[in-house]
Amino acid sequence: MKYLRDIGSYFLMLKKVFSSPTKRSVMRELIFKEIDDLIIRSLGIVAFISFFIGGVIAIQTALNLDNPLIPKTLIGFATRQSMILEFAPTFMSIILAGRAGSFITSTIGSMRVTEQIDALEVIGVNSLNYLVFPKIIAMLFFPFIIVISMFLGMLGGYLAGVYGGFSTSADFIAGLQNTFYPFHLVYAFFKTFLFAFLLATVPSWHGFYMKGGSLEVGKASTKAFVWTSILIILTNYIVTQLLLSQ
Amino acid sequence: MIKVENITKHFGEDEILKGISTTFERGKTNLIIGRSGSGKTVMLKCLVGLFLPNSGEIFFEDKALGEMNNEEQRILREETGMLFQGGALFDSMNIEDNVMFPLRMFSDKSRPELLARVNEVLKRVDLENVNKKFPSEISGGMKKRVSIARAIVNKPKYLFCDEPNSGLDPKTATLIDNLIQDITKENNITTVVVTHDMNSVMEIGEKIVFLKNGKLVWQGTKQEIFKTNNEDVTDFVYSSDLFKKIRNIQIEEN
Repeated sequence: MKYLRDIGSYFLMLKKVFSSPTKRSVMRELIFKEIDDLIIRSLGIVAFISFFIGGVIAIQTALNLDNPLIPKTLIGFATRQSMILEFAPTFMSIILAGRAGSFITSTIGSMRVTEQIDALEVIGVNSLNYLVFPKIIAMLFFPFIIVISMFLGMLGGYLAGVYGGFSTSADFIAGLQNTFYPFHLVYAFFKTFLFAFLLATVPSWHGFYMKGGSLEVGKASTKAFVWTSILIILTNYIVTQLLLSQ
Repeated sequence: MIKVENITKHFGEDEILKGISTTFERGKTNLIIGRSGSGKTVMLKCLVGLFLPNSGEIFFEDKALGEMNNEEQRILREETGMLFQGGALFDSMNIEDNVMFPLRMFSDKSRPELLARVNEVLKRVDLENVNKKFPSEISGGMKKRVSIARAIVNKPKYLFCDEPNSGLDPKTATLIDNLIQDITKENNITTVVVTHDMNSVMEIGEKIVFLKNGKLVWQGTKQEIFKTNNEDVTDFVYSSDLFKKIRNIQIEEN
């Protein structure tokens, strides 16, 4: 029963987010601030993780190629497919559910605890539009992070594969170019947009409707991370089933 | 003037406000007092529209809050200022932007024009040269003054204060009380203050509403509160040793 009520409350929140818009000049500033907080400040961790995971994928693939009939180009191919189809869109989203999601929940939750949300309402601001809408717009830039993640993952794989002595440069690049379906990029970016929406709204819901004090802010952040991750995994499964299965 | 007619508010099974009727007069500091849990803050939140009463009506100058259309509600918001218990200043903004925020929401004036008004109200609450500081960099008393500045920056007709001097030393608390009263007189606004501090009652209580367990059990002036025979009120007023001693001295003198 509680879950049903929570789901209803989430959709009612979305309705309010898109009603009674905040003044345009104020909203513009908020959007730039959110892009900085949620996108630009996430670039470092995304770049670091993507680069090294790309490297690990290349090494793991190479170490498991003990059949001489399997071409070495598979190392580049496996790195590309892993990065584009799953690692960059899905796992980066889960990593960002920890980083950006917790940030969103704790920021909004702290505002709730310290009555800043009440202050917005008394001033006549639609607090949900003011707090959540700029985050949704900022997260529209999430695919840029995913592009960077894809590129750095493949670069990491290339450097680990070639300079680690597992593949030649020509083999790796041939593997990267082998049987490339542009639709895989469409699939990856389509689900990235869905994950971006979840990343902006689920942690916001947890922060906005939390009750209690600072201890509960911490608990809400943890819950937000768990639920955002669960929803990303479920959405990933459904989208994959719909778009990729024959 | 604000008129409250028979409002009730309950959360689930708990009935917090049980049919309260009173008026808060213009140009006066109206106090809602009572022990913790008596429903003071819930009543204040009903007055500012943060909670909707389950029944009853609140009138702002004879216009019922429940019957106002969106535009009337927007105008009422513009005419309302509120001082929250903890200040509720926006952490992400400096003092200048905090005070400017309500102006930006309701006005299309240029930033220099808005800044002039911000500096004017900051000066009124005796705060200068703090414009670029953040809320975390100033004291509790200064936060309250910034919050008052933000509440009055739009020249409101109604000012609501939730425990304005909680957590402050007695001298700063008196300063805040006097500031609220002076602003009320200067601008002829309707001010409603929620407090359980008897010093505030002594300082600024022109009209006092006493709540107990969600019911209005007494209302009057600060002169009358010391003469009433209402047991609930005397229990509350003389719960501090200082006021007990004052009463004993008065009895001996009489």
